[in-house]
Amino acid sequence: MKTKKIDNLKKLEQVSQEIREEIIKMLLEAKSGHCAGPLGAVEQYVALYFGGILKYDAQNPDWPERDRVVVSNGHYAPLLYAVLAQAGYFKKEELRTLRKLNSRLQGHPHRLSLPGIETSSGPVGEGLAQAVGMAIGLKMDGIKSQVYCLMGDGEHDCGNTWEAVMLAGKHQLDNLTVIIDRNNIQIDGFTEKVMPLEPLKEKYEAFNWKVLEVDGHNLEELIRALNKTKSIFVKPVAIIAHTIPGKGVNFMEWEYEWHGKVPNSQEAEEALKQLRTLKGKIELE
Amino acid sequence: MLNPELKLNSEFFSPKAKRKSSRDGFGEGLVLAGELNKNVVALCADVTESIRMNLFKDRFPERFIEMGIAEQNMAGVASGLAATGKIPVMGTYAVFSPGRNWEQIRTAICYNQQKVIIVGSHAGLNVGPDGATHQALEDLALTRVLPHLAVIVPADAFEARKAILKALDYPTSVYIRLAREKSPILTTEETSFEIGKSQVFWLPSVIASEPKAFSRERSVAGGNLITIFACGYLVFEALEAAQELEKEGIDITVINNSAIKPLDKELILAWAKKSRTIITLEEHQIAGGMGSTIAEFLSENYPIPIHFMGINDTFGESGEAEELIQKYGLGKEAIKQTVKKIIKTL
Repeated sequence: MKTKKIDNLKKLEQVSQEIREEIIKMLLEAKSGHCAGPLGAVEQYVALYFGGILKYDAQNPDWPERDRVVVSNGHYAPLLYAVLAQAGYFKKEELRTLRKLNSRLQGHPHRLSLPGIETSSGPVGEGLAQAVGMAIGLKMDGIKSQVYCLMGDGEHDCGNTWEAVMLAGKHQLDNLTVIIDRNNIQIDGFTEKVMPLEPLKEKYEAFNWKVLEVDGHNLEELIRALNKTKSIFVKPVAIIAHTIPGKGVNFMEWEYEWHGKVPNSQEAEEALKQLRTLKGKIELE
Repeated sequence: MLNPELKLNSEFFSPKAKRKSSRDGFGEGLVLAGELNKNVVALCADVTESIRMNLFKDRFPERFIEMGIAEQNMAGVASGLAATGKIPVMGTYAVFSPGRNWEQIRTAICYNQQKVIIVGSHAGLNVGPDGATHQALEDLALTRVLPHLAVIVPADAFEARKAILKALDYPTSVYIRLAREKSPILTTEETSFEIGKSQVFWLPSVIASEPKAFSRERSVAGGNLITIFACGYLVFEALEAAQELEKEGIDITVINNSAIKPLDKELILAWAKKSRTIITLEEHQIAGGMGSTIAEFLSENYPIPIHFMGINDTFGESGEAEELIQKYGLGKEAIKQTVKKIIKTL
């Protein structure tokens, strides 16, 4: 397995904080984009890419036996890009080109412009369908790769999401794992006000899925859950990761206005200050 | 006269001519595609027998995916299958795909450049008694605006069969528009068919005898005044009109304009130069349809008057296919009248 694995949990936490810093710096430079979601979902990506879960080879992005990552909520692009750079798909300097003319880092991820991106995404609610298609295709060929679909909670408003949930249950896709970033916000406000999603766990279970719920900021819990999904057979698995939108920056946390907003230079400075010390909780080496 | 080079079916004017729908031809072609290439997989949204995908399903059950009534999901799943090296063929009625799932086709298939063969059956008024809700009159407009997607309209069952086989090797995704109703078989096994190539099915006698000596001036003085570009189910109506006009001493040309995108620009330009006026004929809204593609091209390259025969900003209704074609002014009689009316103005 060609995985970039970091065994030390504290180091993984540090990587998470570095990625949060990158996200702030990228968005400050880009002047538009999404803040709250990417900051809140960092641990899900870190657990997947650096916690020994995902099979990938950054030097050989098309490696046929790789696991597939489908980012359904393409507005998490800054997070995906920061993680791909950290994983070695491209140089970190390129992160500064986000959303600029002629950049490979499109505002929403484009499969053909950057290595490591399995599918172009942006319009939410259609990533899971593609992940289901990949899982069916891999099964037809007997390839033992896992398909991971990273989703937001808001995109469960979309009919297409549930069409895909139904089909995955029908085909008993045990090679499919979904991680739902349950941060409770979307553009127009809190999910339960915009369009109530609860009981989300029971909904998935009713469609013949196995559901695990975790603290989405606890890397140990996330890694344990992701390992567990590998031993669950006959069913696709959804991990509901409960997270705090804007995690790590106190004036962004739980403020849904930060869904589609970026910090100005003063705000970015304050955000970076908070992230570098995580309010004093983590000591930098 | 029928273009002798194309090996067309000369029997088709006979009332006893064999009739078959393009959906039937597609169903047979899909089985052949499955035999030729093990990566071909088929997806259908609860109309399997109706669009003849049952033939593939019976032959290759392990490569058939029943989607249920979920066209948006079908487009996404097809994209995902393509990402794993499959050649997905997804089909349902055209009102639902590309009608209902256009954005998924745009993002997951076209922008993403995952090759999928999209089959929209039951397009046009010929759907008949099911009425307006099921008669797709907008699908060409929806598909021809998408990059990395070719658009073709087979004129008969043989062309539909060839279309699916040609689409397998085509470098981009392909949209194939099919008809529900049976129509006379115009072509034969030997007639060639290429994506991006249209063909002259009916030639005026003057051009047929002296093809090299032809010029714009000659055409005005002698033979060809009008070229009809038709597609799909209506190609037969245009051919019937041409045959009857010939008996009345009026020479026209009929082109089976199966290639909507890419357009067969060379052919269109060549025949525009041999014509005084062009008629476009389609079972589709005039806005954004086949006629529009020709108008866009010719207005820049060879401005010439174009008369658009199609659906003029209205929906269809229930009725038999032939009744509807007549009522909406797209049949043989309407074509003949239009030709005669235009000739009087020349």
